[in-house]
Amino acid sequence: MRYKNYLIILLKNLWAAVKDLIPIIVVVVFFQTVVIRQPFPELGEVIFGILIVIIGLMLFIEGLEMGLFPIGETMAYALVRKGSLFWLLVFSFALGFSTTIAEPALIAIAREASEVSSGAGLIKNNQEVLDTYAMGLRLTVAFSVGLAIVIGVLRILRGWPLHYLIIGGYALVMLMTIIAPDEIIGLAYDAGGVTTSTITVPLVTALGVGLATVLKGRSPLLDGFGLIAFASLLPMIFVMAYGLFWF
Amino acid sequence: MLDYLIDFAVVLIYTMRDVLPIALLIIFFQLVVLKQPIPHLKKIVLGGIYVVLGLALFLMGLEKALFPVGKIMATQLSDPAFIGIDENEAVDWISYYWIYIFAAMIGFSTTIAEPALIAVSIKADEVSAGTINQLGLRITVAIGVAVALALGTFRIVTGTPLFIYIMVGYVIVIIQTFFAPKKLIALAYDSGGVTTSTVTVPIVAALGLGLSSAVPGRNPAIDGFGLIAFASLFPIIAVLGYAQFMRIKTQFNKN
Repeated sequence: MRYKNYLIILLKNLWAAVKDLIPIIVVVVFFQTVVIRQPFPELGEVIFGILIVIIGLMLFIEGLEMGLFPIGETMAYALVRKGSLFWLLVFSFALGFSTTIAEPALIAIAREASEVSSGAGLIKNNQEVLDTYAMGLRLTVAFSVGLAIVIGVLRILRGWPLHYLIIGGYALVMLMTIIAPDEIIGLAYDAGGVTTSTITVPLVTALGVGLATVLKGRSPLLDGFGLIAFASLLPMIFVMAYGLFWF
Repeated sequence: MLDYLIDFAVVLIYTMRDVLPIALLIIFFQLVVLKQPIPHLKKIVLGGIYVVLGLALFLMGLEKALFPVGKIMATQLSDPAFIGIDENEAVDWISYYWIYIFAAMIGFSTTIAEPALIAVSIKADEVSAGTINQLGLRITVAIGVAVALALGTFRIVTGTPLFIYIMVGYVIVIIQTFFAPKKLIALAYDSGGVTTSTVTVPIVAALGLGLSSAVPGRNPAIDGFGLIAFASLFPIIAVLGYAQFMRIKTQFNKN
């Protein structure tokens, strides 16, 4: 009986992983067969890769739902109730930082960015420099997400209006754009969207909603949101600073 | 086969390092700050093993499937022979129309089925007390992302500076913020992050990088990135715009 339930959960997660990829597969197959009509290079390799992606995503999401999400949510609530501002802020930073370091989309983009930068002759083309650059980029983004969550939590506690902070952030992004090297701008702008995916969003949302639930006079639906918005904004600013440092 | 196993072992070690901060976070806060034992320890350890294995497999598959597919599509769709022009002929941006259509279709199809967007739409429906229709919002955001990616690929083809587009987008968001229902602002700002999922990011990034190296005169380092930025900005505009539109419509119906 237990194994049967387990199998059902497994199949459900497998379907969830397949469902993520179906839209892309359908569009690509349509273009290949109807528009391009040319042999697809290394088809076997790509199909093998897609299978690995599906199995990997399935295990990844299964593992997150089994372990990290429940304990992350429980801890977020427990820390909010504990009432210590210091530990709450330390936790907020650590949560933003550690979930961003493990974010698959960011790992992928950082690697790609290091190859592009060395291809353009901006950094030296040896494995060690590439790895340092990619890791530095991820640490920069993770640090800025941690900081963003701290600011977001303070906002919820103090009830600062979100839009003034966001508009101020936009102004900072524009200011940094003027002084940052051209080669980092695209990557920096992209970093904002990359950070907020699979691991970070559910845990950070749990923290925000937990906070707004415990505080008197706050609505979880209204005040619980806004954390992700900061987490998309600050990485842009910090990655541009990272570019200033490297190039 | 052996190559794959060695590859996998290397990725696995790196993945463990990547997940380590989360493990430390849980142990430290649970044991030192909250002073409580870790509940369901066995399940959490098993979940952790799944996360590491899954992440390693995903990253391997990414290199073999998602990145190549994005790059191959960009190369094939911008190939002079495919467009039907001479190798040395100057190309205007209209000739690349299949790229824009491809980008728009990828944007629409991945967004409409995105679980994070579905979750946000349900919440928006609740917050707005029914004035915002769930499916309507999802379609609006998906169209927003489709337009965003088409515009983003157009930018790469023409090589115009990214910041101009993003700045105009910000100005639009700021103006909308002043007119949008206050309750929805935080939700709308957050929705920018929801459309860029783990699967979409690599393929869209590869599309941009592939396109910028295939189109003559473009430099991947300067022009290649930026598509994800478009895809994160447009949902905000779409959600705020949709909320505004629905409010005007409701008021109009009352009169």
